[in-house]
Amino acid sequence: MNHAVIMAGFGGQGILMIGNLFAIGALKQGLNCTFFPSYGVEMRGGTANCTVTISDHEVGSPVTSSPNGVVAMNEPSVAKFAPRIGEGGLLLINTSMAPDNDFSKDGVEVIRLPCNQIADELGNIKLASMVALGAYAGRCGVVELKFLEEALPEVLPQKLHKLIPSNIEALRAGAKRADKQD
Amino acid sequence: MAAKTFEKGNVAIAKAAVAAGCKYYFGYPITPQSDIPEYLSGVLPGVGGQFVQAESEIAAINMLLGAGSTGKRAMTSSSSPGISLKQEGISYMAGSEIPGLIVNIQRSGPGLGGISPSQGDYFQATRGGGHGDYRILVLAPATVQEMYDLTILAFELSDKYRMPAMVLADAMLGMMKEPLEEWIPKQAEEDKSSWALSGAKGRERRKIKSLFLGDGELAEHNWKMLEHYREVEAKETRVKIEVHDDCELAVVAFGSAARIAKSAVDRLNDEGRNIGMVRPITVWPFPYKEIRELAEKDIPFLTVELNVGQMVEDVRLSVEGRSKVSFAGYPPGYLPSPDEIYEEITKLLDKKD
Repeated sequence: MNHAVIMAGFGGQGILMIGNLFAIGALKQGLNCTFFPSYGVEMRGGTANCTVTISDHEVGSPVTSSPNGVVAMNEPSVAKFAPRIGEGGLLLINTSMAPDNDFSKDGVEVIRLPCNQIADELGNIKLASMVALGAYAGRCGVVELKFLEEALPEVLPQKLHKLIPSNIEALRAGAKRADKQD
Repeated sequence: MAAKTFEKGNVAIAKAAVAAGCKYYFGYPITPQSDIPEYLSGVLPGVGGQFVQAESEIAAINMLLGAGSTGKRAMTSSSSPGISLKQEGISYMAGSEIPGLIVNIQRSGPGLGGISPSQGDYFQATRGGGHGDYRILVLAPATVQEMYDLTILAFELSDKYRMPAMVLADAMLGMMKEPLEEWIPKQAEEDKSSWALSGAKGRERRKIKSLFLGDGELAEHNWKMLEHYREVEAKETRVKIEVHDDCELAVVAFGSAARIAKSAVDRLNDEGRNIGMVRPITVWPFPYKEIRELAEKDIPFLTVELNVGQMVEDVRLSVEGRSKVSFAGYPPGYLPSPDEIYEEITKLLDKKD
Protein backbone atom coordinates (compact mmCIF):
# COMPACT_ATOMS: atom_id res chain seq x y z
CA MET A 1 0.00 0.00 0.00
CA ASN A 2 1.28 3.43 -0.95
CA HIS A 3 -0.94 6.48 -0.59
CA ALA A 4 0.16 10.00 -1.54
CA VAL A 5 -2.14 12.93 -0.87
CA ILE A 6 -1.58 16.59 -1.61
CA MET A 7 -3.30 19.03 0.73
CA ALA A 8 -3.53 22.60 -0.50
CA GLY A 9 -5.15 25.93 0.21
CA PHE A 10 -4.42 29.44 1.44
CA GLY A 11 -1.75 29.97 4.08
CA GLY A 12 -3.52 30.21 7.44
CA GLN A 13 -6.20 27.66 6.57
CA GLY A 14 -4.44 24.97 8.57
CA ILE A 15 -3.12 23.01 5.58
CA LEU A 16 0.22 22.08 7.12
CA MET A 17 -1.52 21.23 10.37
CA ILE A 18 -3.91 18.71 8.78
CA GLY A 19 -1.02 17.30 6.73
CA ASN A 20 0.94 16.74 9.91
CA LEU A 21 -2.08 15.27 11.64
CA PHE A 22 -2.72 12.82 8.81
CA ALA A 23 0.93 11.76 8.87
CA ILE A 24 1.17 11.31 12.64
CA GLY A 25 -2.16 9.47 12.61
CA ALA A 26 -0.66 7.07 10.05
CA LEU A 27 2.39 6.64 12.27
CA LYS A 28 0.14 5.80 15.23
CA GLN A 29 -1.63 3.24 13.06
CA GLY A 30 1.74 1.54 12.51
CA LEU A 31 2.34 2.82 8.98
CA ASN A 32 5.34 4.65 7.56
CA CYS A 33 4.89 8.22 6.46
CA THR A 34 6.64 11.26 5.06
CA PHE A 35 5.42 14.85 5.21
CA PHE A 36 6.87 17.26 2.67
CA PRO A 37 5.73 20.88 2.90
CA SER A 38 6.02 23.56 0.30
CA TYR A 39 8.09 26.18 2.04
CA GLY A 40 9.78 29.47 1.58
CA VAL A 41 7.97 32.63 0.70
CA GLU A 42 4.55 31.42 1.84
CA MET A 43 2.62 33.59 4.27
CA ARG A 44 -0.89 34.08 5.55
CA GLY A 45 -3.11 34.56 2.52
CA GLY A 46 -0.52 33.09 0.14
CA THR A 47 -0.67 29.49 -1.01
CA ALA A 48 0.31 26.51 1.09
CA ASN A 49 0.54 22.86 0.23
CA CYS A 50 2.09 19.67 1.46
CA THR A 51 2.42 16.10 0.28
CA VAL A 52 1.83 13.28 2.75
CA THR A 53 2.97 9.85 1.61
CA ILE A 54 1.86 6.82 3.61
CA SER A 55 3.05 3.29 3.08
CA ASP A 56 3.13 -0.08 4.77
CA HIS A 57 6.68 -0.36 3.34
CA GLU A 58 9.50 2.13 3.48
CA VAL A 59 8.36 5.37 1.85
CA GLY A 60 10.21 6.03 -1.40
CA SER A 61 9.66 9.38 -3.02
CA PRO A 62 8.25 12.15 -0.81
CA VAL A 63 7.00 13.90 -3.97
CA THR A 64 4.62 12.70 -6.64
CA SER A 65 3.20 13.84 -9.95
CA SER A 66 0.16 11.56 -9.69
CA PRO A 67 -1.25 11.63 -6.15
CA ASN A 68 -3.88 9.20 -4.92
CA GLY A 69 -5.79 12.08 -3.48
CA VAL A 70 -6.07 15.84 -3.14
CA VAL A 71 -7.64 17.92 -0.40
CA ALA A 72 -8.34 21.28 -2.05
CA MET A 73 -9.35 23.96 0.41
CA ASN A 74 -9.73 26.68 -2.23
CA GLU A 75 -10.32 27.21 -5.94
CA PRO A 76 -6.67 27.64 -7.09
CA SER A 77 -5.77 24.36 -5.40
CA VAL A 78 -8.39 22.47 -7.40
CA ALA A 79 -7.05 23.97 -10.63
CA LYS A 80 -3.43 23.23 -9.77
CA PHE A 81 -3.58 19.77 -8.22
CA ALA A 82 -6.83 17.99 -9.14
CA PRO A 83 -5.89 17.23 -12.77
CA ARG A 84 -2.87 15.27 -11.49
CA ILE A 85 -4.91 12.75 -9.48
CA GLY A 86 -4.37 9.19 -10.65
CA GLU A 87 -6.93 6.53 -11.56
CA GLY A 88 -9.03 5.45 -8.59
CA GLY A 89 -8.14 8.64 -6.75
CA LEU A 90 -10.12 10.85 -4.42
CA LEU A 91 -10.64 14.61 -4.51
CA LEU A 92 -12.12 16.70 -1.74
CA ILE A 93 -13.24 20.19 -2.73
CA ASN A 94 -14.08 22.75 -0.07
CA THR A 95 -17.04 24.30 -1.86
CA SER A 96 -17.15 27.18 0.61
CA MET A 97 -14.04 28.52 -1.13
CA ALA A 98 -14.69 27.05 -4.60
CA PRO A 99 -18.48 27.38 -4.94
CA ASP A 100 -18.85 26.99 -8.70
CA ASN A 101 -16.10 24.50 -9.30
CA ASP A 102 -17.33 21.62 -11.45
CA PHE A 103 -14.07 19.71 -11.81
CA SER A 104 -14.45 16.10 -12.75
CA LYS A 105 -12.11 13.46 -14.12
CA ASP A 106 -12.69 9.87 -15.16
CA GLY A 107 -11.76 7.46 -12.42
CA VAL A 108 -11.62 10.15 -9.75
CA GLU A 109 -14.18 10.32 -6.98
CA VAL A 110 -15.08 13.88 -5.96
CA ILE A 111 -16.43 14.88 -2.56
CA ARG A 112 -17.85 18.40 -2.46
CA LEU A 113 -18.28 19.74 1.03
CA PRO A 114 -18.86 23.29 2.32
CA CYS A 115 -16.20 22.86 5.01
CA ASN A 116 -16.22 26.48 6.22
CA GLN A 117 -19.99 26.40 6.61
CA ILE A 118 -19.92 23.08 8.47
CA ALA A 119 -17.19 24.41 10.75
CA ASP A 120 -19.17 27.58 11.32
CA GLU A 121 -22.18 25.49 12.34
CA LEU A 122 -19.91 23.70 14.84
CA GLY A 123 -19.08 27.09 16.29
CA ASN A 124 -15.59 27.81 14.95
CA ILE A 125 -14.81 28.52 11.30
CA LYS A 126 -11.14 27.72 11.96
CA LEU A 127 -12.14 24.04 12.12
CA ALA A 128 -12.80 23.96 8.35
CA SER A 129 -9.56 22.13 7.59
CA MET A 130 -10.36 19.52 10.27
CA VAL A 131 -13.76 18.96 8.66
CA ALA A 132 -12.00 18.45 5.33
CA LEU A 133 -9.47 16.03 6.77
CA GLY A 134 -12.19 14.05 8.54
CA ALA A 135 -14.10 13.79 5.28
CA TYR A 136 -11.04 12.77 3.27
CA ALA A 137 -9.76 10.26 5.82
CA GLY A 138 -13.20 8.79 6.40
CA ARG A 139 -13.75 8.24 2.72
CA CYS A 140 -10.31 6.95 1.69
CA GLY A 141 -9.95 4.73 4.75
CA VAL A 142 -6.13 4.71 4.78
CA VAL A 143 -5.90 6.19 8.27
CA GLU A 144 -8.63 5.46 10.79
CA LEU A 145 -10.27 8.46 12.41
CA LYS A 146 -9.44 7.26 15.90
CA PHE A 147 -5.71 7.56 15.17
CA LEU A 148 -6.17 11.09 13.90
CA GLU A 149 -7.97 11.90 17.14
CA GLU A 150 -5.13 10.32 19.12
CA ALA A 151 -2.61 12.41 17.19
CA LEU A 152 -4.26 15.76 17.95
CA PRO A 153 -2.33 16.47 21.18
CA GLU A 154 0.93 16.14 19.25
CA VAL A 155 -0.09 18.52 16.51
CA LEU A 156 -1.95 21.23 18.41
CA PRO A 157 0.19 23.52 20.55
CA GLN A 158 -0.32 23.11 24.29
CA LYS A 159 -2.32 26.32 24.59
CA LEU A 160 -4.89 24.93 22.14
CA HIS A 161 -5.35 21.57 23.87
CA LYS A 162 -8.61 22.81 25.32
CA LEU A 163 -9.87 22.77 21.73
CA ILE A 164 -9.16 19.06 21.20
CA PRO A 165 -12.80 18.06 21.78
CA SER A 166 -14.04 20.54 19.17
CA ASN A 167 -11.38 19.35 16.71
CA ILE A 168 -12.54 15.77 17.25
CA GLU A 169 -16.09 16.91 16.65
CA ALA A 170 -15.01 18.57 13.38
CA LEU A 171 -13.15 15.45 12.16
CA ARG A 172 -16.21 13.32 12.88
CA ALA A 173 -18.61 15.80 11.29
CA GLY A 174 -16.52 15.78 8.12
CA ALA A 175 -16.40 12.00 8.00
CA LYS A 176 -20.14 11.77 8.54
CA ARG A 177 -21.00 14.30 5.84
CA ALA A 178 -18.66 12.64 3.32
CA ASP A 179 -20.21 9.29 4.10
CA LYS A 180 -23.66 10.60 3.23
CA GLN A 181 -22.60 11.83 -0.19
CA ASP A 182 -22.90 9.44 -3.07
CA MET B 1 12.69 0.21 21.07
CA ALA B 2 12.30 3.87 21.90
CA ALA B 3 9.11 5.53 20.69
CA LYS B 4 9.43 7.26 17.35
CA THR B 5 8.73 10.94 17.01
CA PHE B 6 7.78 12.73 13.82
CA GLU B 7 10.62 15.09 13.05
CA LYS B 8 11.97 17.48 10.44
CA GLY B 9 15.29 16.46 8.89
CA ASN B 10 16.97 19.64 10.09
CA VAL B 11 15.81 19.02 13.64
CA ALA B 12 17.03 15.42 13.43
CA ILE B 13 20.54 16.73 12.67
CA ALA B 14 20.39 19.15 15.58
CA LYS B 15 19.16 16.45 17.98
CA ALA B 16 21.85 14.05 16.78
CA ALA B 17 24.53 16.67 17.42
CA VAL B 18 23.38 16.98 21.02
CA ALA B 19 23.23 13.18 21.37
CA ALA B 20 26.80 12.98 20.02
CA GLY B 21 27.99 15.30 22.76
CA CYS B 22 28.50 18.34 20.54
CA LYS B 23 28.30 21.35 22.82
CA TYR B 24 29.43 24.15 20.53
CA TYR B 25 27.60 25.57 17.54
CA PHE B 26 28.66 28.51 15.40
CA GLY B 27 26.60 29.67 12.47
CA TYR B 28 24.81 32.35 10.56
CA PRO B 29 21.16 31.87 9.55
CA ILE B 30 20.17 30.98 5.99
CA THR B 31 17.15 29.20 4.47
CA PRO B 32 16.55 26.23 4.36
CA GLN B 33 18.62 25.11 7.36
CA SER B 34 17.71 27.63 10.05
CA ASP B 35 15.83 25.00 12.05
CA ILE B 36 19.25 23.68 13.07
CA PRO B 37 20.49 26.85 14.80
CA GLU B 38 16.96 27.52 16.06
CA TYR B 39 16.86 24.17 17.85
CA LEU B 40 20.43 24.32 19.13
CA SER B 41 20.08 27.89 20.40
CA GLY B 42 17.39 26.59 22.72
CA VAL B 43 19.18 23.44 23.86
CA LEU B 44 22.95 24.01 23.99
CA PRO B 45 23.04 26.63 26.78
CA GLY B 46 21.10 24.20 28.96
CA VAL B 47 23.64 21.38 28.57
CA GLY B 48 26.69 23.45 29.42
CA GLY B 49 27.40 24.36 25.80
CA GLN B 50 27.65 27.52 23.77
CA PHE B 51 25.55 28.72 20.88
CA VAL B 52 27.06 31.54 18.87
CA GLN B 53 25.30 33.34 16.07
CA ALA B 54 28.39 34.60 14.32
CA GLU B 55 28.64 37.85 12.38
CA SER B 56 29.21 35.89 9.17
CA GLU B 57 29.73 32.40 7.78
CA ILE B 58 33.46 33.08 7.58
CA ALA B 59 33.59 33.95 11.26
CA ALA B 60 31.57 30.82 12.09
CA ILE B 61 33.89 28.39 10.29
CA ASN B 62 36.92 29.96 11.96
CA MET B 63 35.23 29.63 15.34
CA LEU B 64 34.74 25.95 14.49
CA LEU B 65 38.45 25.72 13.66
CA GLY B 66 39.24 27.20 17.05
CA ALA B 67 36.83 24.99 18.98
CA GLY B 68 38.00 21.89 17.09
CA SER B 69 41.62 22.62 17.95
CA THR B 70 40.77 22.26 21.63
CA GLY B 71 39.47 18.75 20.96
CA LYS B 72 35.85 19.58 21.73
CA ARG B 73 33.05 18.37 19.49
CA ALA B 74 31.69 21.36 17.61
CA MET B 75 29.80 22.17 14.45
CA THR B 76 28.54 24.72 12.00
CA SER B 77 25.73 24.51 9.48
CA SER B 78 24.67 26.51 6.48
CA SER B 79 23.28 26.22 2.98
CA SER B 80 25.07 26.42 -0.37
CA PRO B 81 26.02 30.15 -0.64
CA GLY B 82 27.05 30.11 3.02
CA ILE B 83 29.08 26.93 2.53
CA SER B 84 30.97 28.65 -0.30
CA LEU B 85 32.01 31.32 2.18
CA LYS B 86 33.32 28.66 4.56
CA GLN B 87 35.67 27.00 2.07
CA GLU B 88 38.80 28.85 3.15
CA GLY B 89 38.24 27.77 6.75
CA ILE B 90 37.57 24.18 5.71
CA SER B 91 40.89 24.09 3.84
CA TYR B 92 42.67 25.46 6.93
CA MET B 93 40.94 22.87 9.13
CA ALA B 94 41.98 20.09 6.76
CA GLY B 95 45.55 21.38 6.62
CA SER B 96 45.66 21.67 10.40
CA GLU B 97 44.06 18.25 10.87
CA ILE B 98 41.25 19.64 13.00
CA PRO B 99 38.02 17.68 13.31
CA GLY B 100 34.61 19.34 13.17
CA LEU B 101 31.22 18.96 11.54
CA ILE B 102 29.95 21.12 8.70
CA VAL B 103 26.34 20.60 7.62
CA ASN B 104 25.28 21.70 4.14
CA ILE B 105 21.52 21.72 3.54
CA GLN B 106 21.90 22.45 -0.15
CA ARG B 107 19.77 24.97 -1.98
CA SER B 108 19.97 26.00 -5.60
CA GLY B 109 22.83 27.84 -7.23
CA PRO B 110 24.98 29.11 -8.68
CA GLY B 111 25.22 32.49 -6.99
CA LEU B 112 22.30 33.34 -4.78
CA GLY B 113 20.27 30.82 -6.82
CA GLY B 114 17.09 30.02 -4.97
CA ILE B 115 15.83 28.19 -1.92
CA SER B 116 14.65 25.00 -3.64
CA PRO B 117 16.39 21.63 -3.12
CA SER B 118 19.48 20.87 -5.20
CA GLN B 119 22.49 18.58 -5.31
CA GLY B 120 24.60 21.17 -7.05
CA ASP B 121 27.30 21.23 -4.39
CA TYR B 122 28.52 17.66 -4.98
CA PHE B 123 31.72 18.81 -6.68
CA GLN B 124 32.37 21.43 -4.01
CA ALA B 125 31.86 18.89 -1.22
CA THR B 126 33.79 15.98 -2.69
CA ARG B 127 36.57 17.81 -4.55
CA GLY B 128 37.17 20.49 -1.97
CA GLY B 129 35.96 24.02 -2.60
CA GLY B 130 39.02 25.32 -0.81
CA HIS B 131 42.61 25.28 -2.00
CA GLY B 132 45.18 22.56 -1.62
CA ASP B 133 45.36 18.78 -1.73
CA TYR B 134 42.84 17.79 0.86
CA ARG B 135 39.76 15.68 1.39
CA ILE B 136 36.91 15.86 3.86
CA LEU B 137 34.52 13.10 4.84
CA VAL B 138 31.17 13.62 3.10
CA LEU B 139 28.08 11.73 4.24
CA ALA B 140 24.86 11.87 2.24
CA PRO B 141 21.70 10.94 4.16
CA ALA B 142 18.50 10.00 2.33
CA THR B 143 15.99 9.78 5.19
CA VAL B 144 15.26 11.77 8.35
CA GLN B 145 16.55 8.79 10.35
CA GLU B 146 19.81 8.95 8.41
CA MET B 147 20.05 12.69 9.03
CA TYR B 148 20.33 11.64 12.68
CA ASP B 149 22.45 8.50 12.30
CA LEU B 150 24.96 9.98 9.87
CA THR B 151 25.40 13.15 11.92
CA ILE B 152 26.57 10.98 14.81
CA LEU B 153 28.79 8.96 12.49
CA ALA B 154 30.23 12.15 11.00
CA PHE B 155 31.35 13.33 14.44
CA GLU B 156 32.91 9.95 15.19
CA LEU B 157 34.78 9.66 11.90
CA SER B 158 35.87 13.28 12.03
CA ASP B 159 37.45 12.73 15.45
CA LYS B 160 38.93 9.38 14.52
CA TYR B 161 40.71 10.60 11.40
CA ARG B 162 41.26 14.18 12.53
CA MET B 163 39.66 15.67 9.45
CA PRO B 164 36.55 17.81 8.90
CA ALA B 165 33.35 15.95 8.08
CA MET B 166 30.37 17.20 6.13
CA VAL B 167 26.76 16.07 6.17
CA LEU B 168 25.58 16.82 2.63
CA ALA B 169 21.77 16.98 2.51
CA ASP B 170 19.38 19.37 0.79
CA ALA B 171 16.24 21.42 1.26
CA MET B 172 14.00 18.42 0.67
CA LEU B 173 15.61 16.31 3.39
CA GLY B 174 15.91 19.28 5.71
CA MET B 175 12.30 20.40 5.46
CA MET B 176 10.48 17.07 5.31
CA LYS B 177 9.26 15.16 8.33
CA GLU B 178 9.53 11.44 8.96
CA PRO B 179 9.49 9.10 11.94
CA LEU B 180 12.70 9.34 13.94
CA GLU B 181 14.10 6.98 16.53
CA GLU B 182 16.62 8.82 18.66
CA TRP B 183 19.57 6.99 20.21
CA ILE B 184 22.63 7.90 22.20
CA PRO B 185 26.02 6.65 20.94
CA LYS B 186 27.69 4.19 23.30
CA GLN B 187 31.13 4.65 21.84
CA ALA B 188 33.32 6.86 24.02
CA GLU B 189 34.73 9.96 22.38
CA GLU B 190 38.18 9.61 20.85
CA ASP B 191 41.03 10.52 23.24
CA LYS B 192 42.43 13.76 21.88
CA SER B 193 44.84 14.53 24.68
CA SER B 194 47.90 13.81 22.52
CA TRP B 195 47.26 16.74 20.20
CA ALA B 196 44.47 19.02 21.45
CA LEU B 197 45.22 22.49 22.75
CA SER B 198 44.30 22.33 26.38
CA GLY B 199 46.74 24.70 28.07
CA ALA B 200 50.44 23.78 28.25
CA LYS B 201 50.65 23.47 32.00
CA GLY B 202 52.98 20.57 32.81
CA ARG B 203 53.71 19.64 29.22
CA GLU B 204 55.47 20.84 26.09
CA ARG B 205 53.81 23.71 24.24
CA ARG B 206 51.93 22.69 21.11
CA LYS B 207 51.10 24.41 17.86
CA ILE B 208 48.31 23.44 15.50
CA LYS B 209 48.87 25.04 12.12
CA SER B 210 48.70 24.53 8.40
CA LEU B 211 51.83 26.54 7.57
CA PHE B 212 54.90 24.40 6.90
CA LEU B 213 57.90 26.30 5.56
CA GLY B 214 60.73 23.97 6.55
CA ASP B 215 62.64 22.07 3.87
CA GLY B 216 60.47 19.13 2.75
CA GLU B 217 58.11 19.66 5.67
CA LEU B 218 55.01 20.44 3.62
CA ALA B 219 55.50 17.55 1.21
CA GLU B 220 55.85 15.23 4.18
CA HIS B 221 52.71 16.68 5.72
CA ASN B 222 50.76 16.16 2.48
CA TRP B 223 52.03 12.58 2.18
CA LYS B 224 50.92 11.88 5.73
CA MET B 225 47.46 13.29 5.00
CA LEU B 226 47.24 11.14 1.87
CA GLU B 227 48.04 8.07 3.94
CA HIS B 228 45.11 9.01 6.17
CA TYR B 229 42.85 9.42 3.18
CA ARG B 230 43.84 6.01 1.82
CA GLU B 231 42.94 4.46 5.16
CA VAL B 232 39.56 6.23 5.18
CA GLU B 233 38.88 5.00 1.63
CA ALA B 234 39.69 1.45 2.63
CA LYS B 235 37.71 1.39 5.87
CA GLU B 236 34.91 3.91 5.76
CA THR B 237 33.26 3.70 2.34
CA ARG B 238 29.56 3.10 2.76
CA VAL B 239 27.04 2.27 0.05
CA LYS B 240 23.63 0.61 -0.10
CA ILE B 241 23.47 -1.83 -2.99
CA GLU B 242 20.26 -3.56 -4.01
CA VAL B 243 21.27 -5.45 -7.12
CA HIS B 244 20.13 -8.98 -7.96
CA ASP B 245 21.46 -11.55 -10.43
CA ASP B 246 20.79 -10.74 -14.08
CA CYS B 247 20.19 -7.11 -13.23
CA GLU B 248 19.19 -5.22 -16.39
CA LEU B 249 20.29 -1.79 -15.21
CA ALA B 250 21.31 -0.19 -11.94
CA VAL B 251 20.33 3.32 -10.91
CA VAL B 252 22.99 5.24 -8.99
CA ALA B 253 21.72 8.13 -6.89
CA PHE B 254 22.39 9.67 -3.49
CA GLY B 255 20.30 11.61 -0.97
CA SER B 256 16.95 12.98 -2.07
CA ALA B 257 17.43 11.94 -5.72
CA ALA B 258 17.80 8.37 -4.46
CA ARG B 259 14.46 8.64 -2.67
CA ILE B 260 12.65 9.73 -5.81
CA ALA B 261 14.49 7.23 -8.01
CA LYS B 262 13.72 4.38 -5.61
CA SER B 263 9.99 4.76 -6.24
CA ALA B 264 10.59 4.49 -9.98
CA VAL B 265 12.80 1.42 -9.52
CA ASP B 266 10.23 -0.25 -7.24
CA ARG B 267 7.49 0.34 -9.80
CA LEU B 268 9.55 -1.23 -12.60
CA ASN B 269 10.41 -4.22 -10.44
CA ASP B 270 6.72 -4.63 -9.55
CA GLU B 271 6.13 -4.78 -13.30
CA GLY B 272 8.56 -7.67 -13.58
CA ARG B 273 11.76 -5.86 -14.59
CA ASN B 274 15.05 -6.41 -12.78
CA ILE B 275 16.39 -2.97 -11.93
CA GLY B 276 19.04 -2.44 -9.28
CA MET B 277 19.74 0.48 -7.03
CA VAL B 278 23.09 1.76 -5.80
CA ARG B 279 23.03 4.51 -3.19
CA PRO B 280 26.35 5.94 -2.06
CA ILE B 281 26.04 6.87 1.63
CA THR B 282 29.56 8.29 1.76
CA VAL B 283 30.23 10.34 -1.38
CA TRP B 284 33.78 10.86 -0.18
CA PRO B 285 35.08 8.23 0.12
CA PHE B 286 33.14 7.22 -3.00
CA PRO B 287 32.31 3.54 -3.57
CA TYR B 288 34.50 3.20 -6.68
CA LYS B 289 35.35 -0.42 -5.99
CA GLU B 290 31.77 -1.52 -5.34
CA ILE B 291 30.49 0.08 -8.55
CA ARG B 292 33.41 -1.29 -10.56
CA GLU B 293 32.54 -4.81 -9.38
CA LEU B 294 29.02 -4.35 -10.71
CA ALA B 295 30.37 -2.97 -14.00
CA GLU B 296 32.49 -6.11 -14.34
CA LYS B 297 29.21 -8.04 -14.44
CA ASP B 298 28.28 -5.94 -17.45
CA ILE B 299 25.53 -4.03 -15.67
CA PRO B 300 24.77 -0.65 -17.29
CA PHE B 301 24.14 2.35 -15.04
CA LEU B 302 21.83 5.32 -14.95
CA THR B 303 22.99 8.09 -12.63
CA VAL B 304 20.19 10.33 -11.36
CA GLU B 305 21.01 13.65 -9.73
CA LEU B 306 19.37 16.94 -8.84
CA ASN B 307 21.97 18.82 -10.88
CA VAL B 308 23.19 18.66 -14.46
CA GLY B 309 25.90 16.06 -13.96
CA GLN B 310 28.38 15.82 -11.10
CA MET B 311 28.42 12.43 -9.32
CA VAL B 312 28.08 10.81 -12.76
CA GLU B 313 31.78 11.62 -13.24
CA ASP B 314 32.63 9.45 -10.22
CA VAL B 315 30.43 6.68 -11.57
CA ARG B 316 32.32 6.85 -14.88
CA LEU B 317 35.63 6.79 -12.99
CA SER B 318 34.44 3.65 -11.18
CA VAL B 319 33.30 1.93 -14.35
CA GLU B 320 36.34 2.91 -16.47
CA GLY B 321 34.54 2.07 -19.68
CA ARG B 322 33.53 -1.43 -18.62
CA SER B 323 29.83 -0.72 -19.08
CA LYS B 324 27.57 2.08 -20.23
CA VAL B 325 26.85 5.00 -17.92
CA SER B 326 23.82 7.17 -18.72
CA PHE B 327 22.69 10.26 -16.89
CA ALA B 328 19.39 11.90 -15.96
CA GLY B 329 19.84 15.30 -14.37
CA TYR B 330 17.35 17.76 -12.97
CA PRO B 331 18.54 21.31 -12.39
CA PRO B 332 17.03 23.18 -9.42
CA GLY B 333 13.72 25.00 -9.36
CA TYR B 334 11.60 21.92 -9.42
CA LEU B 335 11.75 18.32 -8.28
CA PRO B 336 11.37 15.45 -10.73
CA SER B 337 8.63 12.96 -10.01
CA PRO B 338 9.17 9.20 -9.85
CA ASP B 339 7.19 9.02 -13.13
CA GLU B 340 9.80 11.10 -14.96
CA ILE B 341 12.60 8.83 -13.77
CA TYR B 342 10.49 5.80 -14.64
CA GLU B 343 10.27 7.15 -18.21
CA GLU B 344 14.04 7.68 -18.37
CA ILE B 345 14.71 4.11 -17.27
CA THR B 346 12.11 2.73 -19.65
CA LYS B 347 13.69 4.60 -22.58
CA LEU B 348 17.07 3.04 -21.77
CA LEU B 349 15.57 -0.43 -21.46
CA ASP B 350 13.77 -0.05 -24.79
CA LYS B 351 17.06 0.89 -26.49
CA LYS B 352 18.70 -2.13 -24.95
CA ASP B 353 15.98 -4.69 -25.74
